[in-house]
Amino acid sequence: MSTMAIDKAGPRRNVKYGSMSRDRTWALRWSYFFLVLFAIFFLTPPLYMVITSLKSSAEISAATNPWWVFHPTLSNYVELLTSNQFLRFFWNSSIVSLVVVFVTMLISIPAAFALARMKFWGSATLATGVFLTYLVPDSLLFIPLFKMFALVQDLTGITLLNRWYVLLFIYPTLTVPFCTWIMIGYFASIPKELDEAAIIDGASWLQTLTRIFIPVALPGLIAATIFAFTVSWAQFLYPLVFTTSIDQLVLPVGITTTLIKGDVFNWGQIMTGALLGAAPPLIIYAFLMDYYIAGLTAGATKG
Amino acid sequence: MADVIVEHGRVVGTTGARKRTGLHNALRRKSMVAFFLTLPLIVLIALFVLYPALFSMHLATLNKSMQKFVGFGNFTFLFKRETFWMVVKQSCIFAITAVIFKALIGFIVAHFVHNIPAKGQRKWRGMLLVPWVIPPAMSTLAWLWLFDPSYSAFNYTLSFFGVGPIPWLGDAAWARFSVILVNVWYGSPFFMIMYLAALKSVPDQLYEAAAIDGANWWQKIWYVTLPMMRNIIAITTLFSLIVTFANFDIVRILTSGGPLDQTQIFATYAFRVGIESNDIPLGASVSLFMVPILAVAAIFILRDVSKRGNEA
Repeated sequence: MSTMAIDKAGPRRNVKYGSMSRDRTWALRWSYFFLVLFAIFFLTPPLYMVITSLKSSAEISAATNPWWVFHPTLSNYVELLTSNQFLRFFWNSSIVSLVVVFVTMLISIPAAFALARMKFWGSATLATGVFLTYLVPDSLLFIPLFKMFALVQDLTGITLLNRWYVLLFIYPTLTVPFCTWIMIGYFASIPKELDEAAIIDGASWLQTLTRIFIPVALPGLIAATIFAFTVSWAQFLYPLVFTTSIDQLVLPVGITTTLIKGDVFNWGQIMTGALLGAAPPLIIYAFLMDYYIAGLTAGATKG
Repeated sequence: MADVIVEHGRVVGTTGARKRTGLHNALRRKSMVAFFLTLPLIVLIALFVLYPALFSMHLATLNKSMQKFVGFGNFTFLFKRETFWMVVKQSCIFAITAVIFKALIGFIVAHFVHNIPAKGQRKWRGMLLVPWVIPPAMSTLAWLWLFDPSYSAFNYTLSFFGVGPIPWLGDAAWARFSVILVNVWYGSPFFMIMYLAALKSVPDQLYEAAAIDGANWWQKIWYVTLPMMRNIIAITTLFSLIVTFANFDIVRILTSGGPLDQTQIFATYAFRVGIESNDIPLGASVSLFMVPILAVAAIFILRDVSKRGNEA
């Protein structure tokens, strides 16, 4: 904005003194130049996935120019989308992610509401604890969790290991803390006059939550939902540890363990599978980019 | 606010015990409601985060068959293993190098995006965030294929420049470079987004004032941008340090720790020892070594986040 003003005010007749706008033009050109370079770096792997997914195995092993498709074919897609095994992975991933999103919201919205609005004994400590839990990585807990579920299985006789539904207990540890944390922020930013008015009108806590907080904080809710979904969809370590039978695997583990097997790497299919596995988060991102980014940046701010 | 109303009522209300007990009940009910609303969260954290964390410490003191208490036996065993020290070294190299490059690239790209007219920024930002959106396990497969020894797209391209075939994942030094490269590729868009948000919040007047004082672009960055963004840079870097230090997907898929455990980091080594070799106590001990570094980073993040909360 300020540069626009300078551009207009800059003396046009004397080229020497017009260097401000000339500098600006060059800065812009350099910016675009480097942005293109970085975009190439960032987008090469996904583009290469697309290129390879359109090739037949014969074309891949012929070692022609890898950056170009000479005989495009959709056979990889057809093969994967008609294979029961792959559809099973997709189904497992979808059901796990959707249930986890639902459970996450069920846990974190009431908790965030209580932590943002009802000051009670230990509420500040709990909020800090939630944030700290968010910082605990999966690679710290997978061994004790595995052993824990093995012990529970031995004690109760309920099969937990090597079943996809065990993931429903574990994924919320990754999604709930962050979602609660950002929902606390969104709820805390709602003017107190709103819920005071509701309480004066005789609304209960539950009504205040469902009639005031959830509708007003809907953008935050969408951001949290997207986060919960993408995290559960992309999770790799826990399913790798907890599930081994082919019919129990989720997509990321399924692709890496079943398609990469033996001496023959069927790269066309692996890339197609990877692309299909990356599709749901990418589609959500394409349509709800602003919510996605709001969710990303909200993590580092308190309210 | 309801608190204030209630307290106000208590101060004014002198009518007697009946009213006070009513208020008391209301108060108790409110905290009961709050308690029940947070109960699922507390149960989840206690059962699946806190308990496993403590359980992991217990596990670390058992022998392989988990029958006998061995105290610090697993730790002293690890200290004597050369592989373990290699893992420690590689984890630190991996995390620190990757975070530095992520931070630098993120900062540079954020500046370029910020520089171009606002109309195009959305498009560029959307494009440049794609690596962060793809599940890392999936995008690492693409890198694995790009690095493929016989049909490698990279080596094919490099051969035109007369550069011989590079053993991207076969040679220890190159494999270390490759895992860091993939991690930087995956993580720098996150830094870019965070910095971009921070850049937008720096008031224009500061730059104008700096320009009037005759500051060049470098001085503007050093004296205006960096001080204004210091907090967000600290939070993002520390957060990324935690995530990178605990990384599993990328190394696991790209090299599985090979060649000869040279790219093994804590998470992958713990998986190898604890799950694949079935020595759960030893695996738990390996992963516990992440705790001190994570704890230090977490404490600093907490400090910065609450500072940021106070500013706002």
